Amino acid sequence: MVSIDVRDASVDFPIFDAKSRSLKHTVLGVVGGNVAANARKVVVIEALKGINLHLQDGDRLALIGHNGAGKSTLLRLLSGIYEPTAGQALVDGRVAPVFDLGVGMDPEISGLENILVRGLFLGMTRKQMEARVDDIAEFTELGNFLHMPLRTYSTGMRVRLALGVVTSIDPEILLLDEGIGAVDAAFLERAKGRLKDLVARAGLLVFASHSDDLLRQLCTSAVWMEHGTIRQQGPLEEVLDAYKGRERAASGG
Amino acid sequence: MPSSRTRERESDVARDRDRNRTDSLPVPPGRNFRSAFRDLANGWAQRELWFHLGWQDIRQRYRRSVLGPIWITISMAVTAIALGILYAGLFGNPLEEQLPYILVGFIIWAFIAGCISEGSEVFVANSGLITHLPAPISIHVYRLVWRQMLFFAHNLIVYAVMLVVFPQPLTWTDLSALVAFALLVVNGAWIALLVGIVSTRFRDLPPVTQSVVQLLFFLTPIVWIYEDLASNPAVAERAAIVQLNPVFHFVEIVRRPMLGQDQHLHSWVIVTAIAVVGWAMTLLVMRRYRGRVAYWV
Repeated sequence: MVSIDVRDASVDFPIFDAKSRSLKHTVLGVVGGNVAANARKVVVIEALKGINLHLQDGDRLALIGHNGAGKSTLLRLLSGIYEPTAGQALVDGRVAPVFDLGVGMDPEISGLENILVRGLFLGMTRKQMEARVDDIAEFTELGNFLHMPLRTYSTGMRVRLALGVVTSIDPEILLLDEGIGAVDAAFLERAKGRLKDLVARAGLLVFASHSDDLLRQLCTSAVWMEHGTIRQQGPLEEVLDAYKGRERAASGG
Repeated sequence: MPSSRTRERESDVARDRDRNRTDSLPVPPGRNFRSAFRDLANGWAQRELWFHLGWQDIRQRYRRSVLGPIWITISMAVTAIALGILYAGLFGNPLEEQLPYILVGFIIWAFIAGCISEGSEVFVANSGLITHLPAPISIHVYRLVWRQMLFFAHNLIVYAVMLVVFPQPLTWTDLSALVAFALLVVNGAWIALLVGIVSTRFRDLPPVTQSVVQLLFFLTPIVWIYEDLASNPAVAERAAIVQLNPVFHFVEIVRRPMLGQDQHLHSWVIVTAIAVVGWAMTLLVMRRYRGRVAYWV
């Protein structure tokens, strides 16, 4: 059974090279998490605080909020990259994180090899990836370029390659972070189709984005993050409206 | 002191809260031996990945060079031959004795030094992967040790050539070198893992490690022959201090069979004991700090 069960989870980042004395008191800004100092006078950034989240098979959750509100950190918590510093995060199911398409891509090796390595990192086996390579190659439209080292690729070509790999896998839990831009419009239309297929295959989706349009296409419910906490949780439109209303009020007043 | 009392009260409150919480919640996952073992086991299960990455690292280093990874072999041969001739002359030893000794010592040393010094940067160097792709932290260590094993294998070519030029009195029992090398690998893994975790938190450690490794090279009989000194009454007593150097025993258990020499049981015992104690220590550190590595990188 695919599920996510986060209880009272917090994520505090120690910042060892920051001067802790000047930040004795908790500083609260509009953007970003809270900055505080822990018992040993190490400056910590409270990236997430007291998060409660329960998701089940079939859920399509959108994460919205300011830059630095904790969306990406929450995704990393759900992926298991960060273990909570307090509370717990139980994630049941094979996770496929799509955060940064460039990471784990080696510029010196060929596109084909990069496809393989990326797939292995996403928990696929070599055999599975070899079976998918033709499909990925066709989708990327890179042709013979796939035999060239990645450093000869343009940014758009790299995004194609990375998208081709991540949309070919079969995840149980799909964690998407925004920033899948930098591709030409025609390609993006095709990528959207593939992205939708991928989301349909995945048991559970959590998607962080600033694009209302994309969110409406892919998600049904939403969480509004603010200062590392969940400010509101509910159906997508309701949360989006509240978030937008608040934005307008902030810019108007 | 009022402030400390307040803190006490606060911690009491926190304890109460924790106690209440345990009723509804299982023990927080992460900081137990099970997850430490799971990290190691899951990392092992992903061996297709680090097998590939280890090879890739090697090919990467010599990409676009005509000879490729054979350069590993060549540079080892050049170093060993040059130092062999130099020290044979300095110590007045016959070349057929000094050169094989230095060559084999160097091959083993390269593996040990590689595990320790690259271990100190194993997580920092992979920070991008660690913060973007969830994977057991052990895969980075496995990849490192595997890469060092591949280097070792490339260097064995020099050893094979040496056996032709300077035949050694090898017997079948000298295949124990394989077991000895396996022990070296087991030790290399815990050292890299432990040094890696600690130096991810304390960034002063990598330069310290480099210095220590360099120092160890001179303290360990690799270019100088321990027996020569031990049999010289003038320095025998001081030379015996080398027995306290654990690296000496690591080198000895592999070098002696590779040169067809008699083995010393105590070296095997020491290396095995270090493997056990080292892994126990590393597992303790893993239990407590494995989850912190992603925060520290």
